[in-house]
Formats: sequence, structure tokens, C-alpha cells
Amino acid sequence: MEKLLEVKNLEVSFQTYGGEVQAVRGVSFHVNKGETLAIVGESGSGKSVTSQTIMRLIPMPPGKIKNGQILFNGEDLVKKTDKEMEQIRGKDIGMIFQDPMTSLNPTMKVGKQIMEVLIKHQNMSPAQAKERAIELLKLVGIPMPEKRVNQYPHEFSGGMRQRAMIAVALASNPKLLIADEPTTALDVTIQAQILELMKDLQKKMGTSIIFITHDLGVVANMADRVAVMYAGKIVEMGTVDEIFYDPRHPYTWGLLASMPSLDSDDKKELAAIPGSPPDLTNPPKGDAFAPRNPYAMRIDFEQEPPLFKISDTHYAATWLLHPDAPKVEPPEAVKKRLRKLSSNYDKPIIVKESE
Amino acid sequence: MLRYIGRRLLYMLLSLFLIITATFFLMRAAPGGPFSGEKKLPPEIEKNLNEFYGLDRPWYEQYFDYLTSIAQWDFGPSFKYKGQTVNDLINSGFPVSFFLGMEALLIAVGMGVLLGIIAALNHNKWQDYAAMIFAVLGISVPSFIMASLLQYVLAIKLGVFPVARWESFMHTILPAIALATGPTAFIARLTRSSMLEVLSNDYIRTAKAKGLSRMQITVRHAIRNALLPVVSYLGPLSAGVITGSFVIEKIFGIPGLGSHFVLSISNRDYTVIMGVTVFYSIILLAAILLVDIAYGLIDPRIKLAGGKKGE
Repeated sequence: MEKLLEVKNLEVSFQTYGGEVQAVRGVSFHVNKGETLAIVGESGSGKSVTSQTIMRLIPMPPGKIKNGQILFNGEDLVKKTDKEMEQIRGKDIGMIFQDPMTSLNPTMKVGKQIMEVLIKHQNMSPAQAKERAIELLKLVGIPMPEKRVNQYPHEFSGGMRQRAMIAVALASNPKLLIADEPTTALDVTIQAQILELMKDLQKKMGTSIIFITHDLGVVANMADRVAVMYAGKIVEMGTVDEIFYDPRHPYTWGLLASMPSLDSDDKKELAAIPGSPPDLTNPPKGDAFAPRNPYAMRIDFEQEPPLFKISDTHYAATWLLHPDAPKVEPPEAVKKRLRKLSSNYDKPIIVKESE
Repeated sequence: MLRYIGRRLLYMLLSLFLIITATFFLMRAAPGGPFSGEKKLPPEIEKNLNEFYGLDRPWYEQYFDYLTSIAQWDFGPSFKYKGQTVNDLINSGFPVSFFLGMEALLIAVGMGVLLGIIAALNHNKWQDYAAMIFAVLGISVPSFIMASLLQYVLAIKLGVFPVARWESFMHTILPAIALATGPTAFIARLTRSSMLEVLSNDYIRTAKAKGLSRMQITVRHAIRNALLPVVSYLGPLSAGVITGSFVIEKIFGIPGLGSHFVLSISNRDYTVIMGVTVFYSIILLAAILLVDIAYGLIDPRIKLAGGKKGE
């Protein structure tokens, strides 16, 4: 498969009064053409910063790309000037944001906000752009697009606004769509509709999607591959099946165990990961997850775990995969779903030594 | 829309009535009268004068008389300027004050908005600090000091502009600048803070994600939203500036309306106080109405009450 986007060892920090916050600490992943990669993690894990860095949308300063490459179609976006980025944003990479209520300009007609992209990137005349905007509104499932195109965002409901945002993001057929928690602010029925719409459009247009979310239910529904982020690092990455049926990192176990399922009865309390993510001004020594990890060993507090490869597509950074580590049992909720996957190697292989 | 304006005009009449009534009685409640001065007039003459101007009649008659004449746009004769009516004073003074005020308003809005935007776009850089130092100075330096300073430097030392009087366009520039300094500074601060707030909005990030340039984002997405608070400040400001500033008019020797207003109070020139107050009120109310209409045009979320839904 052809790689559309490849992020290599990306490090992003923010200069604040309290010191330097290392929001993203060496993240590497890739997105193939036409596939959907989900990035999951709790708030503050760096998933939004990662995605906005790809678009170079983080304010600089205080933000800074300290290290790494973002190869998009073979070109490094980190080295691009602002002017060059303007030609990529909206044209080759589109983005949908979390809150549709605030991400459209309240004093500009919805149609005009779509037309802007078309006029800028497709060299359309205003009349052509308007026609295309109506088509796009129809494509994203907005009824009476001829009328809607002349309306303002406040005349749209939340779900409709997110549809309009999708129309904006897809207006110039981008190769990559970054969706930053696009359904978090919507109620569940609308969520399902929006996800269906995105899948449908992806099939029609062949767009790759980076889907950022903390909702594992959405991940199972949407993604081809999943990257689990914690404290600015990817701790586990694999195909959907690998993450859901053969998770290896204790953080992934924690996430999966805290997901409510239909067969859990109401007497049992929903599991939660105790504690909160570390302060990234002073990232902890060793494994950042260790203080919250019931399986933590002494080495977790001293040395960062190496990256292990469990199959061609499955990576995890945890000491538990080390040959010398004791064998541990994942939580009950995770154990129930474990399956033997034939693609796994006989033994995890270390691909990157710990630093 | 028309229905809305009609209703607003009705409310304006009501407010005007309240203003007239309040001024009328407050003025009468103050001790002294138009003919009480250092030198006491002989009682016969004072009686004759009171009779001539109708001041000897009961207050309710005077009040209703006044209301009827105001309804016919007749503000009555001035007590102090013999042979002139209040209408004459307004007709001669207002055009001057209006011209000066509009000029000052243009300067204030143009410069203020420009400075505010520059400051916001260069947040925490030297342009920002420079603009804000100017704004603080502009707000804190009183207009009469500004006026004298301008006269001293630009008129007397450099001789670029005439010092005072009201004769040609060149004569209007210094007083307009002096009058505009305070509002300019205020608008600059207002624009800056509202612009900063708008720039941190999600839709600005959306605009950036579309690949729009900084210029396009500022012009198309930020300014219109950032100007809303400025527009609402414009109502009272334009009324205040257009009706003239007593201080500036005095310093530059401008025959505007402002001096009549202030002098009439110490003169107890009842009809002039009333006339000018009513006239100012009309302008203030009209300015506020205009601002409200402009508000509805700028921000589509504001539906002017009375307009039909979906219009």
C-alpha cells in the first residue's frame, strides 16, 4: 500500500509561563491512501496537537516543532513556508473540528464559506463556486440546498452545521481529511449519521482520514488502523482487530476495560483508569503511564520501554512484552475479548531500543 | 423592518416627552431666573419682562404652552440674546458643530479601528505596545491640553494650520483632531480587545484550515465580527461628538452649538436650555436607532423585532 502521509519522530512543545510543555514527544505513524487511521487517547494526550501540527495550525509561537518530519506525498510539511502551506491547507488536506457550533463564521452565509475554498483552490468563478457549493450541500445530505446555501450558520442545527463543515473540508477533494473529534459535540443519533456520511464520502472520493477521538465505539466503527496515544507518545498501534482483540499495552487494556458493553450488568461498576495524565512540563522518567499502571514494574519507573513489534502492523511500547517480564493477566473485560491472531509473530521483536 | 422603525419612532417620541418634562421641571426647581443678576432690576421692569415672556403665568400653563410650541418645532425666543430665537441659534450653530463632529468621527473611527487591528494582529509585539501607549495617552490627556498642544506645535511653531477661527477647511482640521483624540484612543482599545477575542475563535482556525491567507482571514472573517462592539459605542459617541464640544469650540473660537448649551445654563436662559436639550436628545435617540439598525445589518443573528421570520 502506498503511504500518503508519514510522520516521523515528531516533537512539538509549547512555551508557557510555567515552562516548556512537551505536548508531543516523538510520534511516528503513517496513513495509507484511502484508509482511516484513528488516534485515540484521553484529553491532553497530544492527539489534537499532532493533527493540528500536520496542518501547521498550531500557533507558533508559543508552539514549536522541535524535531521530526511530516512527509505528505513525499514532501516535508515541516519545512514549508506559510505561503506554501496555504496551497496545501484546504486543498490537499481538509479538516473538520470538534464543535460545529463555533467553527463556522456566524456572520457569513454558509454557502459563501464553502465557496471560499472553491474560489481559492479550484480557481472557480463565484457563480461556478455557488453551483458547486449547492452540489456539495446536497452531497452531505442537506435538504433544500438551494435555499440553505443562502442561510447563516445560526439557521442550521448542530448536525447540519457539521455536515456543512464536512462540505467545506471536502470542497476541493482533499487527499487527506483530518477529523478532530467531529462527533463529540453531537448527540448520539446525529453522531451515527455523521459517521455514516463520512464513511460514504470516503468510499466515493477515496480520501484518507485521520480520525481523532476518545470514543472507542466510534473507532471500531470507522477505523482501519488505530494509534493509542498517551502523554504525547504513541503507546500502541495496530489494525482495529489487533487493538480490540489482542491489545498488549496496559493503557489500551485500561481504555478497553472502561468501555461499557451490552453484556455488563448494572451491578458492576464501570472500570476507570485511576489518576490523571502526567504534567508534560516535566514528563516523568521511564514510562509515563507507570504511576497509573497496576502492572507497573520497577523498570517502568526508571527506563522508557522499547518498542516491540507483535506483527507486521502491530506495535506496542511496554516492558511487559520483554522476554524477562513476568506473565500478567489483562483485566477481565479485556480477557473476554482476546482472540488468537494468526498474523502475530512467534515472539515480539524489539524494533527500537529504549533510550 | 418598516414596522420596527415605526415602533422605535413611537418610543423615541415617548422618551422625548419624558426628557422635556424632566428638564422643564428640574430647570424651574433650580433657584434664580433669567433676570436675576448681580444688579437687581427694578421690580416694575422685572414684572414687565416676566409678563412679556409669560413667566408670570401658572406653571401648568407654561408647560402645556411649551409642549404645543415644541410640537410645531418652535423653541421660543432667547431670554439673553435679544431678538434671536432658539431656532436661530440652533440653525446657525448646529451646521458648524455637525461638520466638526462628522470630521472628528471619521478620524476617530478610521484611526481607531486601524490602530486596534494593527495592535491585535501584532499582539505583544512593538506595534501593539506603541498603539496601546498612544491609546492610554489619548484617553488620559484632556482634550483642552491636546488642543493647546496642537495649536502650539502645528499652528504657531510650524505654521501648517491656522491657530483658530472657523473660516476654511484648513481651520477645521486641528479642532477635529483635538476632538477625535479621546474617541480614537477608546475605539483603538475596543477594537483591539474585540479583535483579539475574535481571532481566538474556532471559525478563524477553520478559515486558516481552508488555506486562506492572513489578510483574507482578517478582512473576510475577523473584522466584521470584531466591529460589533465598536458599532454599539458609535451611537452615544456620534451624538456627543456631533453636538459639539464646548471646550474645543471655545479654544478654537468656533461658533458652534456647544457654547450655547453651557452658557445657557449659567444664564438661566430657559428657552435655550430647553431647546438645546431637546435638540440634543433628538440627535442622540436618532443615533441610537441608526446604530441598532446597523447592528442588525452586520450581525445576521440579531433579528430586529417586528420583522417577519425568515425575511
